[in-house]
Amino acid sequence: MAKSIDVSDLDIYYGDFLAVQGVNMTIKARSVTAFIGPSGCGKSTFLRSLNRMHEVIPGARVEGKVVVDGQELYGANVDPVAVRRQIGMVFQRPNPFPTMSIYDNVLAGNRLNAKRMKRAVADEIVEKSLRGANLWNEVKDRLGKPGMGLSGGQQQRLCIARAIAVEPEVLLMDEPCSALDPISTSAIEDLIHELKTDYTIVIVTHNMQQAARVSDDTGFFNLKATGQPGHLVEFNSTQKMFANPDNDATEAYISGRFG
Amino acid sequence: MTVLDVPKGTIPLTHGRLPQWAPLLVGAVAIAFGGLLGVVAGGGLVAMSVVAVIVYVVALPLWSAAVENRRAAVDRFVTGLIWSAFAVACVPLVWLITMVIQNGASTINQQFLTFDMRNVIGDAQGGLYHALMGTLLITGAAALMSVPIGIFAAIYLVEYGKKNRLARVITFLVDVMTGIPSIVAGLFALALFVLIFGPAVRCGFGGSVALSLLMVPTVVRSAEEMLMLVPDDLREASYALGVPKWRTITKVVLPTALGGIVTGVVLAISRVIGETAPLLVVAGFTDSVNFDLFHGRMMTLPVFIFTQYASATPKGEAYAWGGALVLIAIVMLLNLIARVIGKIFAPKTGR
Amino acid sequence: MSATASQKVPRAVGDRIFSGAALAAGLFIMLALAGVFFFLALEGWPGLSAPELIYRPATDFWSYVGPLVFGTTLAAVLALVIALPFAIGIALFISHYAPRRLATPIGYVIDLLAAVPSVVYGLWGGKALSQAILPVQGWFYDHLGFLPFFKGPPSATGRTMLTAGVVLAIMILPIITAISREVFAQTPRLHQEAALALGATRWEMVRMTVFPYGRSGVVSAVMLGLGRALGETMAVAMVLSASPVVTLNLISTTNPATIASNIASSYKEATPDKQAVLIATGLVLFAFTFAVNFLARWVAGRGERRLNR
Repeated sequence: MAKSIDVSDLDIYYGDFLAVQGVNMTIKARSVTAFIGPSGCGKSTFLRSLNRMHEVIPGARVEGKVVVDGQELYGANVDPVAVRRQIGMVFQRPNPFPTMSIYDNVLAGNRLNAKRMKRAVADEIVEKSLRGANLWNEVKDRLGKPGMGLSGGQQQRLCIARAIAVEPEVLLMDEPCSALDPISTSAIEDLIHELKTDYTIVIVTHNMQQAARVSDDTGFFNLKATGQPGHLVEFNSTQKMFANPDNDATEAYISGRFG
Repeated sequence: MTVLDVPKGTIPLTHGRLPQWAPLLVGAVAIAFGGLLGVVAGGGLVAMSVVAVIVYVVALPLWSAAVENRRAAVDRFVTGLIWSAFAVACVPLVWLITMVIQNGASTINQQFLTFDMRNVIGDAQGGLYHALMGTLLITGAAALMSVPIGIFAAIYLVEYGKKNRLARVITFLVDVMTGIPSIVAGLFALALFVLIFGPAVRCGFGGSVALSLLMVPTVVRSAEEMLMLVPDDLREASYALGVPKWRTITKVVLPTALGGIVTGVVLAISRVIGETAPLLVVAGFTDSVNFDLFHGRMMTLPVFIFTQYASATPKGEAYAWGGALVLIAIVMLLNLIARVIGKIFAPKTGR
Repeated sequence: MSATASQKVPRAVGDRIFSGAALAAGLFIMLALAGVFFFLALEGWPGLSAPELIYRPATDFWSYVGPLVFGTTLAAVLALVIALPFAIGIALFISHYAPRRLATPIGYVIDLLAAVPSVVYGLWGGKALSQAILPVQGWFYDHLGFLPFFKGPPSATGRTMLTAGVVLAIMILPIITAISREVFAQTPRLHQEAALALGATRWEMVRMTVFPYGRSGVVSAVMLGLGRALGETMAVAMVLSASPVVTLNLISTTNPATIASNIASSYKEATPDKQAVLIATGLVLFAFTFAVNFLARWVAGRGERRLNR
C-alpha cells in the first residue's frame, strides 16, 4: 500500500482554457506533501487531476502523464472509477451522506464493490477505519445515529474514515481544515501525522503554518502573470522550502509579501 | 470479494474497456435487428422500434459485463433505460401533433373559420365561428375577473401580509386550489347559478366564473413570485421620498414586476382556454353564434371539438380535428407570446 | 405645519382603501374555496335522496357513486404506475444525463406535453391510440390472460381502461417530471462529489445521493400527479366506453366510469334530479382531490423545512 506519484509535463485544460501548465514532480510514498500558493493559482485543480475528479466538470482534460506505481492514470484503457477507488479524497467542507448513519457512511465506499458483506466483516472494517481516523472512541456507542449529528471536526474525521475504509493508495485532502475551528484542526493535523505511516498524503492548504507543521515536502504554485495559467514554481523538502527556498517568488510568498 | 481480500500490491487501474464507439455499434446492430425482424415476422414500424430499443438496452450492458465489469454494465444499463424513457416520452407528443396537423389541416378553410353550425345538416359546410367567438368572450371575461383579484391578492401577500399567519394560510390554500378539477369548478358555477336562477340556467358568464376559479391560483402564484423579486431597495427609495405605500406599489413595484406578471397571466389564459368540462356543464352548447354572455347558451371551441367527436360521423370527426388544430394553434401562440414577453421584460425585473 | 396636516388625510385614505382592497382579494379567495364546498353541498344535497329510478341500475346514491369512485381510483393508479418510471427517468435525464446545453430545451419539450388541452388528448386517445393499442391488448390477453387485469376478452374498439390509463399517464407525466427534476438538480454538489470520489459510477452516485435527497419532493410530485389524474374529465370521457361496473379487467368492453367522466357524459340528458345527483358526485370528487392535494403540499412543505435545516 501507499504508492508514489510521478507527474510529468502535466497541462490541465478546461475546454480551451489552460488552467495549469507544465507540472513536474515526484510525490514520495508514505509521506505528506503539501501544496501552497495564493488563491486561484491551480493547486486544487492540480490536486483534483490526481484522482481524475476534475473530469466531473464537462470539457476538462489533461495532457501529460501521471504515473502511480508504474500505471498511468490517464492511459488508454483506464477507468476513472478504478482510479478514484485507489486515490481517495477528503473535501474542504465535511460532507457525510445526510441520509446515512455513521456506520453506513464509513461503509459507503466498500458497499459499492461488495453488496453482501458478512456483518462481522463489516463491523471490523468500520472499527478499523474509525480507529484509523481517531474517531472510534467518540462514536462507538452511537454508530446507528445519523452522520450529520456530529460536530464539524468529527464530521471531517468521519469523512476521513470513509475515505480510508476502502484502503486507498493515496489520500488527497483539499483544504480539509479550512472550515474547522483550531482545536479540530489540530486534531486533524495529528491524525495526518499518524496516517502517513500507511498512506501517501497530498494536502492543499491556504495556511502556510499548517504546511510547515504537517508536511515533508512542499510545492509552491503561482500564476505566471494575471490571466496566465498557474504553474509549479518550486518543489522542495519542507524544511528547505521554509528556511531557504530556491526561488525568489517562493520567498516572497512565504514571508508574506504577497498572497 | 471484499476489500480485505484484495491482494496488496499492484491493483490494476485498467481493465477491458469497451471502445468509445461501442454504443453506436450496438445501436446500429439493434436497428438492423429490429428491421430484419419486422421484414421477416411482419410487424409495423412500432414493433420494429420496440425491438430495436430492447435489443440496445440489453445488448450493450451484456457486452460490457463480458469485457468490463458488473458495475460498469449496470451503469450502462441504467443509462440506456434513461435515454429510452426520454425517447418514448417524445413519441406521443410527435404522434399527437402530427395527427392534429394532418387531419385538421384539410378541414380548415375560410368557411370553416367564418361559419357557424346553424342549420347545417348532412354534408353542408359548417364552421366554428360561433365557438371561436364564444371562447374569446368567455375567456376574456374570466381574465377580466381573475386578474385583478389575483394581483390584489398577491399584493396583499407580499406587501401587506408579509409572513403573517393569514398570508401563510392563503398561500397554502392557493396552492391547494391549483389542484381543483375543472369539472368541480364547473359544477360550482352551475350550483351557484342554479341557486339564483333555477335549474335550467345556462349562460356564458357561468363559464367565465368557473374559468376564473381555475385561473386565480395561477395568477396569484406568479404575481406573488414576481412581486417578491422586486428588490426592497426600490420600495425604500420611494418611501424615503415621501410617497405613500399604495402609490409606491402602483407606480414603482407593479411596473417593475409587470413583465413577469403579464407572462403569468398569459400562461394562465393558455391553460384555461382549453378547458372543456366546466363549459360543457354551465355554458352548454349551441349551433349558433351568441354574443351575449348573460343570456342563453354559448358555444366554445373545446366543447365544439367534443360535440363534433361525440356525433360519431365522419364529418364530425373531421370537424373535431379541425377544431383541435385551431385550439392547439391558439394555445401554442399564447405560450409563445408569454415567453417573448418574459424575455423582453426580463432585465427590468431586477433578476 | 398645516400643509402636512392636510396632506396626511388623503394619504391615509388612499392607503386604507388600497390595503383594504388587497386584503379583501385575499379573503375572497378563501371564501371562494369555502364557497365551492358550500354550493356543491347545497345543490347536491337533494341528490343524496332522489327517487330510486334516477340511480338506475343502482338503488341509492352510495351504490351509484361506489363504482365511480372505484373507476376514478383505478384509472388514476393505473396512470401513476405507467407514468412514474418514465417521469423519474426523464427527470434524471434532464438533471444528470443529458448534455448540459440540451437540458433546458428538453425541459421545454416535456412541458409542451402539458400545454395540449385535455379535449385534444381525448380526441387523439379515442381515435388514434385506441386503434394502435389493439395489438398490445391482444398480446396481454394471449400471454398474461391469467391475471385479473387482462382477463379479456379484448375489446375490438380499444376504448378500454388501459387506453384511458395510458392517456392519463401522458397527461400527468409533465407535472411529476417538472417537480422531480427541480429536486434532483438541487442535490448538493458536495455530496455528489463525495460519492464520485469514493469510486462510484454515475448510477451509483445517483442512488447514493440524488434519490435520498429528493425523496420527499418526488413523493409530493406523485401526489400532485395523482390529484390531477383523479380529476381529469374529458380525456377519460372521450376514450372510455363505460358502464356502471366494478372490475379490474383493463382490456374488455365493460369499463367503470370515473366520477368526472360520468358527469361529462350524463350531463346532456340530465333532468334536474339527475343533475343534483351529478353535483353530489362532484362534491365527493372535490373532497377526494382536495385531501390528496392538501397532503401533497403538506409533505412538500415538510420536506423543504427538513432540508433547509
